[in-house]
Amino acid sequence: MSAVQKELQELTSREYQYGFVTELETDLAPRGLNEAVVRLISSKKNEPQWLLDWRLEAYRHWLTLTEPSWQNAHYDAIDYQDIIYYAAPKSKTDGPKSLDEVDPEILLMFNKLGISLAEQGRLSGIAVDAIVDSVSVGTTFKHKLAEVGVIFCSFSEAVQDHPGLVRKYLGSVVPYKDNYFATLNSAVFSDGSFCFIPKGVRCPMELSTYFRINQADTGQFERTLIVCEDDAYVSYLEGCTAPMRDKNQLHAAVVELVALERAQIKYSTVQNWYPGDKDGKGGIYNFVTKRGLCFGANSKISWTQVETGSAITWKYPSVVLKGDNSVGEFYSVALTNNRQQADTGTKMIHIGKNTRSTILSKGISAGHGQNTYRGLVKILKPATGARNHTQCDSLLLGSQCGAHTFPYIDVMNPTAQVEHEATTSTIGEDQLFYCRQRGIPVEDAAAMIVNGFCREVFKELPMEFAVEAQKLLSVSLEGCVG
Amino acid sequence: MMLQIRNLRASVAGKEILRGLSLNVSAGEVHAIMGPNGSGKSTLANVLVGRAAYDVTGGEVLYEGKDLLAMSPEQRAVEGVFLAFQYPVEIPGVGNMYFLRTALNMLRKQRGLEELDALDFLTLAKERMKLVEMDPSFMSRSVNAGFSGGEKKRNEILQMAVLEPKLAILDETDSGLDIDALRVVASGVNALRSKDRALVVITHYQRLLDYIVPDFVHVIANGRIVRSGDKHLALELEQYGYADVEQDAAGGAPSVVGAMP
Repeated sequence: MSAVQKELQELTSREYQYGFVTELETDLAPRGLNEAVVRLISSKKNEPQWLLDWRLEAYRHWLTLTEPSWQNAHYDAIDYQDIIYYAAPKSKTDGPKSLDEVDPEILLMFNKLGISLAEQGRLSGIAVDAIVDSVSVGTTFKHKLAEVGVIFCSFSEAVQDHPGLVRKYLGSVVPYKDNYFATLNSAVFSDGSFCFIPKGVRCPMELSTYFRINQADTGQFERTLIVCEDDAYVSYLEGCTAPMRDKNQLHAAVVELVALERAQIKYSTVQNWYPGDKDGKGGIYNFVTKRGLCFGANSKISWTQVETGSAITWKYPSVVLKGDNSVGEFYSVALTNNRQQADTGTKMIHIGKNTRSTILSKGISAGHGQNTYRGLVKILKPATGARNHTQCDSLLLGSQCGAHTFPYIDVMNPTAQVEHEATTSTIGEDQLFYCRQRGIPVEDAAAMIVNGFCREVFKELPMEFAVEAQKLLSVSLEGCVG
Repeated sequence: MMLQIRNLRASVAGKEILRGLSLNVSAGEVHAIMGPNGSGKSTLANVLVGRAAYDVTGGEVLYEGKDLLAMSPEQRAVEGVFLAFQYPVEIPGVGNMYFLRTALNMLRKQRGLEELDALDFLTLAKERMKLVEMDPSFMSRSVNAGFSGGEKKRNEILQMAVLEPKLAILDETDSGLDIDALRVVASGVNALRSKDRALVVITHYQRLLDYIVPDFVHVIANGRIVRSGDKHLALELEQYGYADVEQDAAGGAPSVVGAMP
């Protein structure tokens, strides 16, 4: 091992800084999954009969499914009877009426995470829905947003206050039969965020949801639903962290986006779930279904994700381009270090005429990390004039890691144009040396080179997130060339 | 004496390349190192800046009286040692300007100087860019990415002009340059000659030395300096080639560097 590699490896020692546990009194469902648990979750949330029926249908369907195994990731079988499917911080059982009533312990926890639930806080231009384990503990700027007609609240509240909208759109993009984990989520989802931007409204601030798993042995199954009516626009951010635990925890979320005519949804994720320790013990299984539907003509949905956490990431934020001239975009940075595994990418389903999609994926593998891009570009018969451009770049740091690319292209219309470019490179000792010769220490050099590699994706992120993502990447990378 | 190389031995992948090389360089001097391919010219440059793949197996290098070989590459940069690379690397996505400012401020910080803010740096960079006739648009491009061979070499000299080293080693800076680019690069280098700065110019061809006139010329063969002289030695080599010196080296002729003024 060269001196450079040694120095770089020594830098790994920095611990996951969000790994703390907050002592909260928690209301838990009994361990395991059965129909009674599904009913319990539904009744805790005082749900209408139709929603309980929907959950039960999903649960019964789930029983008929077997867990998929085609992903390029290896892990021990999940014992679904050893998971707690509902965990709510106790003070929330009755639901605070306003942010002032949120348990100070929870506020403290979010402060420690760098998220302010105070509306005058640092991120005062961003409305936050804070979710701990299975429930939303508070949503900021609700009233200010309501003035322009924007609904931003927890999913549970939306079920109570806007049942018509929820019923209309729930499962319209990701039906409960969609896949194993989406079906499981449909049965046991506990909370999540709901955003509705009415006709012609440009949402005046960034909306965000911050997910925190706190309780041990729980799974988090949230559901996010964002609807933009004609000519509406929203930029939505999602962040996530979890304590350090030896045992793996399952996070199986569903996100549905609906864009009507000329509507635009920009969805950004900075995912920093606990990745497990350097030997691969513990960490979150992040098995998520995210899909957007460009339902209206000239609509646009764009996904930007920076994935640095989780033991296993398995997700494909996708866009169904139904409306003519609609646009789908996917920008991704996925980093795997130590024993992390990521199998991620996107699906672009072109149905409407002249639909366009762009895929830009940057995979970084370090340590023993395995990084897979898997993407589907499907051009259906009616999609005359459809175009796609895909670019997948992989960067390898060290010799123990892997990068894999599985592009699937399925074209049924002869007028379509589909381009796929892929590159793989290593972070060169020569690049590092060049920086060092100019006086830049090796850890700064590595961070600089990797950030450069990701620049095209980072520039798609909102400002605060871009800064956070850069920092996160530098921390996650410390000590990984070896 | 700024740099004293004594009986330096170094190998690459187990193969000995430098076999007891000695050389003295004082501030204000320009030394040209010439020699046939594989003689150890680039190895010397790489050893001086501490590249990992080069193992020093014997001898010592004193830089301003300190043990240069004990320092990390970045420490050597802080001490004022600069290498203009033969093959400057590309760093996609990292702005040329950002890179150079980061480097300068790292050096300044280590030297106990105040860091330059973006505006002061821009003023400095713009002024130095004139030395190598570089278009300001280069600064917003990624480090060396998509640069032509000549642009890369000019960028090296620009970095040298901004970082202001005490000892600059130019490794085959003339390779791959057409005559116009060569002239620009050489005039940039000449503008940086000063009584406080030493230059070690490594080249295969005499051509570069028409523009950067050296005080001393040394010929390396088989890992040692076999002949030293003034600029006329370079012309002689141009005329007769390296065949003679290689023969000398094979015959085990002693290094004549001790006889240097």
